[in-house]
Amino acid sequence: MATDRSKLAFWLLLAPCLIWLVTLIILPHVGMFLVSLREKVGVREYETSFANYAVFLNEPLYWNTFARTAYMSIAATILTLLIGFPISYYIAKLTRGRTKTTSFLMCLIPFWVSELVRTFGWMILLRETGVFSNFLQYLGLVNGPIEMLYNDAAIMTGLVYTSMLFMVVPLVTTLDSLDDSLIEAGYDLGASGFAILREIVIPHAMPGIVSGCIVVFMLSLGNYLTPILLGGKDSLWFTGLIYSQFITRFNWELGSAFGFLLLGLSSLIVFVGLKLTGQSLGKTMAQS
Amino acid sequence: MITGIPQSRAFKWSYRAYVTLFFIYLALPLATVCAFAFNDSVFPSLPWEGFTLDWFFGTDAPYIGVFHESPILRSLVTSGVVAFWVSVLAVFVGTCNAFLFVRHEFRGKAILYVLMLLPLIIPGIILGISILVFSSTVANFLEDATGLWFDRLRPGLILVVLGQFSFITTFATLVISARLQKFDPSLEEAALNLGATHWGAVRAVTLPFLYPAMVAAGVVAVLMSFENFNTTLMLVGSDAPLTITMFDRLKLGSTPVLNAVSLLLIVVSALLGLASLLLQKRDD
Amino acid sequence: MLTDVPDLQCRSISKSFDDFKAVKDVSFSVPQGTFFSILGPSGCGKTTLLRMIAGFQKPTSGDLLIKGKSVIDVPPNKRPVSMVFQHLALFPMMNIGANVGFGLRQRGVNRSDIEKQVTRVLERVGLAGVAERPISSLSGGQKQRVAIARCMVLEPDVLLLDEPLGALDLKLREHMKIELKQLQSEFNTTFVYITHDQSEALVMSEQIAVMNNGVFEQTGTAKELYYEPQTAFVAGFVGEANRFAATIKNRADSGLQMTTAQGQVLHGTDAVGGLAVGDMVNVFVRPEAVRLSRNAEGVSGLSNAGQGKVENVLFNGANSQLILRDQQSGAEMSVALPQTGEFRDLSRGDLIHFGWEHLQTRVYAATGDPHGH
Repeated sequence: MATDRSKLAFWLLLAPCLIWLVTLIILPHVGMFLVSLREKVGVREYETSFANYAVFLNEPLYWNTFARTAYMSIAATILTLLIGFPISYYIAKLTRGRTKTTSFLMCLIPFWVSELVRTFGWMILLRETGVFSNFLQYLGLVNGPIEMLYNDAAIMTGLVYTSMLFMVVPLVTTLDSLDDSLIEAGYDLGASGFAILREIVIPHAMPGIVSGCIVVFMLSLGNYLTPILLGGKDSLWFTGLIYSQFITRFNWELGSAFGFLLLGLSSLIVFVGLKLTGQSLGKTMAQS
Repeated sequence: MITGIPQSRAFKWSYRAYVTLFFIYLALPLATVCAFAFNDSVFPSLPWEGFTLDWFFGTDAPYIGVFHESPILRSLVTSGVVAFWVSVLAVFVGTCNAFLFVRHEFRGKAILYVLMLLPLIIPGIILGISILVFSSTVANFLEDATGLWFDRLRPGLILVVLGQFSFITTFATLVISARLQKFDPSLEEAALNLGATHWGAVRAVTLPFLYPAMVAAGVVAVLMSFENFNTTLMLVGSDAPLTITMFDRLKLGSTPVLNAVSLLLIVVSALLGLASLLLQKRDD
Repeated sequence: MLTDVPDLQCRSISKSFDDFKAVKDVSFSVPQGTFFSILGPSGCGKTTLLRMIAGFQKPTSGDLLIKGKSVIDVPPNKRPVSMVFQHLALFPMMNIGANVGFGLRQRGVNRSDIEKQVTRVLERVGLAGVAERPISSLSGGQKQRVAIARCMVLEPDVLLLDEPLGALDLKLREHMKIELKQLQSEFNTTFVYITHDQSEALVMSEQIAVMNNGVFEQTGTAKELYYEPQTAFVAGFVGEANRFAATIKNRADSGLQMTTAQGQVLHGTDAVGGLAVGDMVNVFVRPEAVRLSRNAEGVSGLSNAGQGKVENVLFNGANSQLILRDQQSGAEMSVALPQTGEFRDLSRGDLIHFGWEHLQTRVYAATGDPHGH
């Protein structure tokens, strides 16, 4: 029977998908959640409680770091959007043919290179003995070497750099699909450049803006390398706390709770972003 | 391209200057990393001490080049092995998923599709710790129950492969589905009509159509695996892939040998990236 | 209200892109309230001309005047012209009311006035009460009307239309031709309409300019273009025509006598004047100018006559045609079937006599391009 055979084919196709999602995504996250609810009361003795979450709330260092990570990520997202939007518009609407392909590729290449290499590059540029410091001394603008590494501005530079592609690709895609005649029609009907940007270009690009912002925010929130390597001693990042709970302090219960809080924040922002603009996850992800 | 909107000269030039600055910003860190790979100094920083290839081919300490640095070479091989398995697994599951989501209608498809996309929005470090916690729990349980050792479920290369596979599969699925959607099912029907079996028709007609996308997905998987850091960091055991080795070196203070490795990585990943784009673009 | 100053004047407008001259020294003027069409094949420069009038392209040389004032340095968002785009360019991110009110908002008109004017203009185009609906809820013809309303609410001096009917299916296109014409006379605004479809231009326009290779070949009413084409291109492009290449053998007061390469002798009229014996010429005869007859006597009074074999009957109601093969010269002729039904029994292979007057045979000097395209 053909239906039996197609049923068999269906189950054979479904199996790998289910195994992948259940064993590597669903069960680990359920497991992590359960671990986060465990309170160690003795050697290999545990009770179920919200104690780990209480620790988070009672320790200002933890929730300060959490809040700092969140608003730094939001700032990085906004900055990436502001820097990336004119570039995307330029690529999508003001170039064509070979120039367009080349400039688009030039935006892609840094993404293919390991984040570690990119961050390393910024370290060489920004540090006390680095290229910028030497250049400024050479110009006579400063007297001695200056340290530009290990501060929040350095983290921001690195985050924006690392995320740029994820903003530019969806923006170029949506802006490319904007019919030029809509912009011309706006002009023809008397609109100024700013009015066209506000009433035609931005509303059209909204799906791209949303998907770009969501991805950039998540990447910034979950970033580990950039804050660790470019940030100073006191520029803590929440992923750094998770790492130290797991690897150096071996407190998996608290680490899991932290992990869940980070996941919760990231999901919340994604959800709110999608709801506010009436987009669906599937459509948004297809953009990027 | 819009030609019809008149703009002031000043605006045009400042816009162009901004775009130029942006591309300098994009290129600067990478260019710097590459340039210092040739600096005849033990620190990757100014002043410029002259041109050398020692950081590639040198054999005398402290000028030990990449090609004679055994820890780096070893981790390069480790990364290669991991990337290979991740890419094979991801392309296989991604192809199955593509057929599942493009060709089949079933109850709960929408939910499964969202689940399939989830790995994209889970931060990599969380994927890493959740898999770490889960596999250790399973290992503890099995060891308690059987009294045997289950070292393969402890941090190590197998977990690294699984961790990277868990989210790279989503990318592979998206790339391959996009191509399968463009496939005209009547070609397969024609093959069936000409007497092919169902599987024969898929193998003779559909899979060859998908090959470019599968290769592209494989290349993307290799690239993502090679440069992955966050997930790998939580799951790594004693054999470290390249990014982890480089990270440890960076924390300790670096020599230009890292620039040399980076230069090689930049060249190889740019080439692979271009190749995957060309494969995806072909017969679009 | 008619004034002496034309709404739109173009004075020796030219436009070059690198080496290519898209528009060459075009001058014309359009009086107030006229439906003016520019008809030409694709690539003839009509779109470039229209975009120059709208302000999206700057002429290489020449001047543009609207209501007597030069607008050459006025940007498109300040020009008193509005444009209906080829694919209408309605804003999908706004509802119908916001689309129509867009231009007024840009002018800073207050909200309640915008609402009033939008309601009024939508009523005038027969779409009352749709302001809150999305663009996607409209049919093709309704979208057309919204696009026109969006421009007309601004009361432009000139409305430019860039082949807006091209995207519609045939039946709706026929309907919209009449509707557009009605809207134009209702608003009494000057319309400048470009198209490659001659029937659109012929049906709607008071004045038509036929454009080819960047120049206006002829400007006139639909009837003038059809019955008195001034160039071979217009004769071939407007309406259908049988075309012969021939050489002038004799010139008399009554007309020209010519022979084709196959030896067929034709009698015709010098359309523009200035032809001489020995000139290579193109000869045009409209299918409906050819008369049919079952016997030789029926066409014997005509200056051109012959006998042909029916190659094909292309039945299309009132526009039915016969394809004949001249028995003597072997030339193919297309002949309109009379609507009386007199020849409805004709079928392939039948022999029939045909002929036409030399006055309906227009002769033009052959140019480099005998096919006119």
